[in-house]
Amino acid sequence: MSAASRLGTEPNRVTRAVILGVVGGIFAIPIIAMIQFTFRDGLAGGYTVTHWTGLIGEDAARTYRILFQAIGNSVVLAIVTVAIVLLILLPTMILVHLQFPKLKRVLEFICIVPITVPAIVLVVGLAPVYAIVVRLFGSGAWTLAFAYGITVLPYAYRAIQSNLDAVPVVILSEAARSLGANWPTVLRLVLLPNLRRGVLAAAFIAVAVVLGEFTIASILNRTNLQTALLQVSQSDPYVAAIFALLALALVFGLLLLIGRLGAPRNRRTE
Amino acid sequence: MTVANAPALTSGDAGTTSRRHPLSEPAPGRPHRRGLGKYLGLTPFAFYVVLFLAIPTILAVTTGFFTEDGRPTIDNVAGLFAPTVLTAFGNSFLVSAVTAVVGSIVGALVCYALLGTKVEGALRSTINSLSSVLAQFGGVMLAFAFIAALGTQGLVTKVLADLASVDLYANGPWLYKVPGLLVVYLYFQVPLMVITFMPALEGLKTTWAEANATLGGTRFTYWTRIAFPVLAPSFIGGLLLLFANAFSSYATAAALVSQGSPIVPLQIRGALISETVLGRENMAGALALGMIVVMVVVMWGYSVLQSRTSRWQK
Repeated sequence: MSAASRLGTEPNRVTRAVILGVVGGIFAIPIIAMIQFTFRDGLAGGYTVTHWTGLIGEDAARTYRILFQAIGNSVVLAIVTVAIVLLILLPTMILVHLQFPKLKRVLEFICIVPITVPAIVLVVGLAPVYAIVVRLFGSGAWTLAFAYGITVLPYAYRAIQSNLDAVPVVILSEAARSLGANWPTVLRLVLLPNLRRGVLAAAFIAVAVVLGEFTIASILNRTNLQTALLQVSQSDPYVAAIFALLALALVFGLLLLIGRLGAPRNRRTE
Repeated sequence: MTVANAPALTSGDAGTTSRRHPLSEPAPGRPHRRGLGKYLGLTPFAFYVVLFLAIPTILAVTTGFFTEDGRPTIDNVAGLFAPTVLTAFGNSFLVSAVTAVVGSIVGALVCYALLGTKVEGALRSTINSLSSVLAQFGGVMLAFAFIAALGTQGLVTKVLADLASVDLYANGPWLYKVPGLLVVYLYFQVPLMVITFMPALEGLKTTWAEANATLGGTRFTYWTRIAFPVLAPSFIGGLLLLFANAFSSYATAAALVSQGSPIVPLQIRGALISETVLGRENMAGALALGMIVVMVVVMWGYSVLQSRTSRWQK
């Protein structure tokens, strides 16, 4: 490390500490302010813990009904979206990888399109589509997951694809086939265990994206965690801030877990 | 194929998938499995993508060319040149450009500071996860955080007023207007740059620095003659991605901006949920078309630069 530092390719310890300290410090301010805000006692000044304790009181379930209902909606949406990733995207990716190598570029292109088509643009065209969806499936909160499956496509694709690229999937499955395994067995005992990290990362990132989604739900007049937070913030900004913080902490935990699962780069060198 | 062809090709995507089937025979020598059955495996995904990606995208960009009752018109598209809409596009460009430039420079500095730390170390993985959270999880939360920090009753506002008697609001409620977006958007732009640019910086090889030193080069020549030229495509690529990211961002602005629709995504909201003016939904289509055109140009540039970068990153 010292050699690299002497050659000038890496920052020395002081430079590193200064850059990370200054940027980190500035980035901490809004979060600290939000935490401090949840302890504020109205505009009068002074501090209180009642905003936090109020959440576990007897009336909480009634007072914050909209919020709890919205959290329920978001959890259901996260589950259905993960199911879409696991049951529609994952099998297609494995199939394309094994049987249609020529379609790889096409699949990649499709999965990256949602980055170029912003949610606020997609929602313009989703409105008429959802008029039909509601007629077919009813207006249950979970139906929004169809749109979210598209939103998470680029992230889920990247997570699974980097795992697919790092594991000799074709060789493994042909070895298993030549030893007499049928396709369901290959999938269950050979492919899925090898793709566990990529699949888990895809699932977590899908949960993170769904919990943070606001645009589509808000324009289509649905209730999810984020739209409810905005709504509640009009009447009780403290509770809204508390839940925003909790959601942030939860998603940070999820993504830290993804990091621990190992980046594809680490795996390749193992 | 590039991201840039998005709107033109999404329509054909799933179509190509099924049309190409007969062409993509298994590689020679490999046994032909289950014949037609395996093609069926692609249909759920194709069906899903057509219904929820291709059709909405096509609808979004074409409704602008029709009136409420389905007759073709160019009025909506011509409406893009109305002064309020032009101002919104101007503001969107301004916010995206400024936050992309500042965000990419600060983000690149953070990446530089992380060079030489252990890839799997606690510092790196914490910053990585934090960056992913902040890059994707902005929205409503971000608006709350900045109102708590810089709002009229915010922590920073009060501390500055008490200790330094600086009045952040001497020039009016800037936080809830375009200048506020400039500050708040940086909070997700910098982390996005950290995630995007880090792989490029890690790709710099120590041997290049050694070669530079052996040939009598200095640190200065290493950075100006080797590192900067090599990193330039990925840096500009990151800059474009940040621009696209800010340009398409909606949630933070929706939660923060109190009056009017100063940027394009808020104009689309206004057109979609307007109950007073009929036929505005088609105006939303025209605005969506305008946004897509900008996004396609920017993302096309990004993908060109990415493919140039990947040449030496391997």
